[in-house]
Formats: sequence, structure tokens, C-alpha cells
Amino acid sequence: MKFSWLRVYSWLYLVFLFAPVFLLPLFAFNEGTIIAFPLQGFSLRWFAALLDNQSLHEAVGNSLTIAVTVAVASTALGIFAARAATRYDFRGKGAMIGLIMLPLVMPEVILAVALLVVFLQIALPLGMVAIILGHILVCTPFCIAILNGAFLSLDKSLEEAAYDLGETRMSTFRLIILPLVMPGIISSLLIAFIISLDEFIMAFFVGGTTVTLPIYIFSQLRFPAGLPVIMALGTILVCLSILLLSIAEYFRRRGVARTGAKDTGGFL
Amino acid sequence: MTVVPDAKPMIEIRDVHKYYGDYHALRGIDAVINAGEFFSLLGPSGCGKTTLLRTIAGFEDISSGAILIDGKDMHEVPANQRPTNMVFQSYAIFPHLTVEQNVGFGLRRDPRPAAEKAKAVAEALAMVGLTGFGARAAHALSGGQRQRVALARALILKPKVLLLDEPLSALDKKMRETMQEELIKLQRQVGITFILVTHDQEEALVMSDRIAVMFEGEIAQLDDPETLYRRPNSRRVAEFIGVMNFVPGKVLSESGGTIELDVQGLGRCAIAASQAPAGGKPTGETSVGFRPETLTILYEGQTAGDRECQGTIAEVVYYGDMTYYDVKLDGVEEPVRLSMRNVPGRPVLDLGARTRIAWSPGALVLFR
Repeated sequence: MKFSWLRVYSWLYLVFLFAPVFLLPLFAFNEGTIIAFPLQGFSLRWFAALLDNQSLHEAVGNSLTIAVTVAVASTALGIFAARAATRYDFRGKGAMIGLIMLPLVMPEVILAVALLVVFLQIALPLGMVAIILGHILVCTPFCIAILNGAFLSLDKSLEEAAYDLGETRMSTFRLIILPLVMPGIISSLLIAFIISLDEFIMAFFVGGTTVTLPIYIFSQLRFPAGLPVIMALGTILVCLSILLLSIAEYFRRRGVARTGAKDTGGFL
Repeated sequence: MTVVPDAKPMIEIRDVHKYYGDYHALRGIDAVINAGEFFSLLGPSGCGKTTLLRTIAGFEDISSGAILIDGKDMHEVPANQRPTNMVFQSYAIFPHLTVEQNVGFGLRRDPRPAAEKAKAVAEALAMVGLTGFGARAAHALSGGQRQRVALARALILKPKVLLLDEPLSALDKKMRETMQEELIKLQRQVGITFILVTHDQEEALVMSDRIAVMFEGEIAQLDDPETLYRRPNSRRVAEFIGVMNFVPGKVLSESGGTIELDVQGLGRCAIAASQAPAGGKPTGETSVGFRPETLTILYEGQTAGDRECQGTIAEVVYYGDMTYYDVKLDGVEEPVRLSMRNVPGRPVLDLGARTRIAWSPGALVLFR
């Protein structure tokens, strides 16, 4: 094969991207406490340590509750907004869409501080609910962006045809629109879930004493002895992510095959 | 307007106006469409034909006027409760359902038992020639097959009126011609009123009992295809439907149902008053139109008496069965188009050849 700088660049890029991820399991199964080469033999003790770590379990529980709630809520909001943006014309539509997409480009730390001030002013207790609200704010623009694409590719006459054939607006939505935008909805749920799960700044600012997974991991970095446990945790998270993505991709491909749509590649 | 004897009006459109903001899309449409009629709305894009169809379907409100279907005012009646069904330009086949599920979609709220509904679906599929396709995924069908599914799906509800929005425009020429004939047969078979929107004048002429030609939100002429072709009431309609030549002419006198004309390049003649536009007497300088096929090239030994003129061939376009000539008539500035069927004894003339041409006063149309 011919030597090419483009090939070198591509490989370097991939190494840079994935080397850290491969280091995770390497040290997670390593016997030694210190994160350094040479490796010191195979061990499962860091995984065992995960099992009886109460504060970790609490953080994981918090994070999952928050992420699931946020995924459902932001996707629902995203559906409303995307539907309005693609199907209806109203005054100030452009400005409206621009404003709700704004959090996408705003520094999150600014958003978090502002939200903290608002919550304190309206006396909303800091904690789980506050984090959920903050995360919905962060995730919704992503959901709208994804769902917009799904709704845009929907032929308007499909709705009209169903309505013309005697269905109501509601049953048309359920029977025609929802199944056809389902791949978009799954993508949206997934993205919101993942963004919420590893979001740090917002959770740190408005979380009060509630500890989420990223905050827990950050707090553990102060103790070098805890690092291998974090590596084990990271390994599990990476595996779960791959599993989740595979499931989502499976459903997306099935949706594409069923409707005979053109495969546009990734699930985004 | 030719009205079929004892025809029952199915749709009455009374002074319908439609505004989109400041844009006046429909400007006082009046028309009566009879039961069992194949009616076409023909016009260039943006003339309001699709808007009119959509107001009949109930997808668009009208700003003023009234639309009656089978004697009932459709004001405030939503599309899902009107006795109309539509075949969409994109066919709007539900891609996640099978052919059967698509065709049977409208029967979802039908209280009949499942076995009877399945029979109705099978009958509808048979009607459009898709027997055996029921279990196929709808998205795996060809354009012509989708068209048939859309037809079956719309007809299964036995609507009083079937609305077709440019249904053949996405098909290739051959498929389109096949579907045209099938649609005519289907319409005769089911006896339902069909309203077809098209920008293709040939399609409208082939399929329709009557055609409404629309320009800028108004009906310019509503007639049967033959009248529309032979006696267009304006230059615009004449130009939109087929090809028409226009030469300057002069009205010399008018009396007792005949008009004396002096037509540039052709000469003097008398025509019937019915060849002139309705309403108002034409006087002075006018425009005289005639179709390409009403001129005939005279070959050796053929004569047409005083209905003869001379010209030079300026362009030859050979189509196999037909040859089109552009002929520069003596005394006329613009060349006129002439068409000849290629039959034995009619050799194709060369560019620049001089020729004698026969014309007929009965084929002339006078315009304002």
C-alpha cells in the first residue's frame, strides 16, 4: 500500500481518540494500586470493591434517576418544538427557535450560575429536582436538533392522507407520525440520557448535597488509592455505553428497513 | 357549457375566494361538477388549481363563497368527515405498513367484522390489478404500483368524489399513458365523480369529460375537451392547450351570423359568428388563430381553389408519424407552424422549399 500522510493522520487520530479508553480496562484488572506500567498481574478486587461501596451506589442511583427523567422530559419537549418548527408557521418563529437553541452555544458554567441564582431567588431547594431542571435546559436543544431532522423528512401528505381517510389529528399522530419518527425519538432519548449521565458543571452548581456519578468520581480523584476502583467503574460504563449504542443502532436499522427509508449512516 | 342531460350536480362551487395573507389565490371560482363526471382542473403552476382541489377536500378553508357537495354546504366540515378522498401527488403511501394495511387504513373505524373488511381490501386490490400484493411492504413498490395502492386506498371508502392531485406526474411517459387509460376505465367502472388536477394539457384532453382552464386564480374557460381545443375563448387558453398560430386580421363587416374577415397571408373569407369570442362584437384589427393541423401542404396536382396560399419552409422537425414545419407565409411576418401526417405520397419537404398550402375558414378562431 502506498504511503500517505492522510493515512498516518487518520491512524494517529484514532489512537488519540481510543487509547485512553483501552487504558481503562488495563488498569481496572491490574493487581497494583498505582496507575503505572509495568502491570502487576490480573485481579478482580477493584470490581469487588465497587460492590460494597454505599456512596457509589447512591451516586449511580441518583444519576440514573436524573438521566432517565431528563431523557423522557427533554425528548417530549423536543417533539413539541420540532413539530411546531417543521409544520406550522407563526409570527416570530425564527426568533423563537433561535432562543430555545441558544443553550447549545452558551457556556454551561454561565448557565449553571444563572440557574443557581434563579433557584435561590424562587427558593427552590437545591438537589435532585434542581439538577433535573438544569439538565433539561441543557439537553432539550440537542433533542430538538435531532427530532427536527426526523420531522423534516416526514412528508406532510402522509398526515393529510390519514386525516382524509377518516382519522382524527390525534390518531393520525399515533398511527402515522409517531412510528415514522421513532428512530429520531430513540436517538433523542439516548443522547439526552448520555449527556445528563456525565454532566458535571450543572450538577455541581445546583445539586446541593446530592451527589451524581461524575461528582462522585471527581471527589474520589483526591485519593490515589481509590483510582483503580474508578478505573473498574469506567470499564463498566464503557461496556454499558457500547451495549446501549448497539441496541439503539439495532432499533434504528430496523426502523429504516421497515419504512424503506434511505440509510443516512449514524444514529444521529 | 355542455351539460349531460339529466346530470345531477355533485359539487357546486359558488364564488369561492381564497386569500393567503395579501395573496389572492382564488378569485371568485364558479363551477358545477356533475355526478359521475371526469372533471379536470388544468393550468400552469401557481394558477390555484391545487388550492381549489384542497378546498374541496377540506385541507384549506375558503375566505368567502361556498362549496356544496351533493347538496350539502361543506362550511366547517373537516376533511375527515367529507365524502371525498384524495390521491396525493406523492401518493402518501404509509411506508411502515404493508400494502394491505395501507388499502384497509380507511376501514379502521368501520364496524364491519374483520373478515368482511379483508374481503373489501382484496376487492379493492383486484380492482387496481394488485391481487397478491397485499402482504408486500409498501415501500418496496414501484411508482406505478404505489399509484395503484393510493387509488385502492382512496376508493375503498366509496367516496362521492375522488380528488386526484397531479397523480401521474411522477411516472415516466409510458407508465403515464397506461395509467391514463386505466384511470378512465376505473372511473367508468366505479361511476364516482373524479376531479383531476394537472398541468399537462394532453393528459386533461385525453381523460376529461370537461376541463376548467385556470390562470391566476380564475377559471378562464370551462368546456369539454373538443370545444376547448377548437374554440378557445382567449389567446391565453389557445396557447396553453396545444399549439396555435396567430396572424393579424381585420374585421370587414358583420351581419346575420357571419363575419367578413381579411386575414394576413391567407386572404378574405367569411366565418361563422360562433368562431368569434362570446360577448361583444369584434371590430377592426384582431388576431386570427388556427391550429397546425388545419393547414395542409399541397403536393403536385392537388388544388384548393381560392383557399390556397404560398410560403417557404423555414424549419422541418421529423417525428416519424408526423412532420412539423415552420412555414414563412408570403405577406406574414412570423412563421406559422404546420403539421402533416406522414403517409405515402407526402414526401418530407426540404428546408427553404417553396410550397402551396391549403387552409380552411372553418378552422379559424377570432380573438379580441
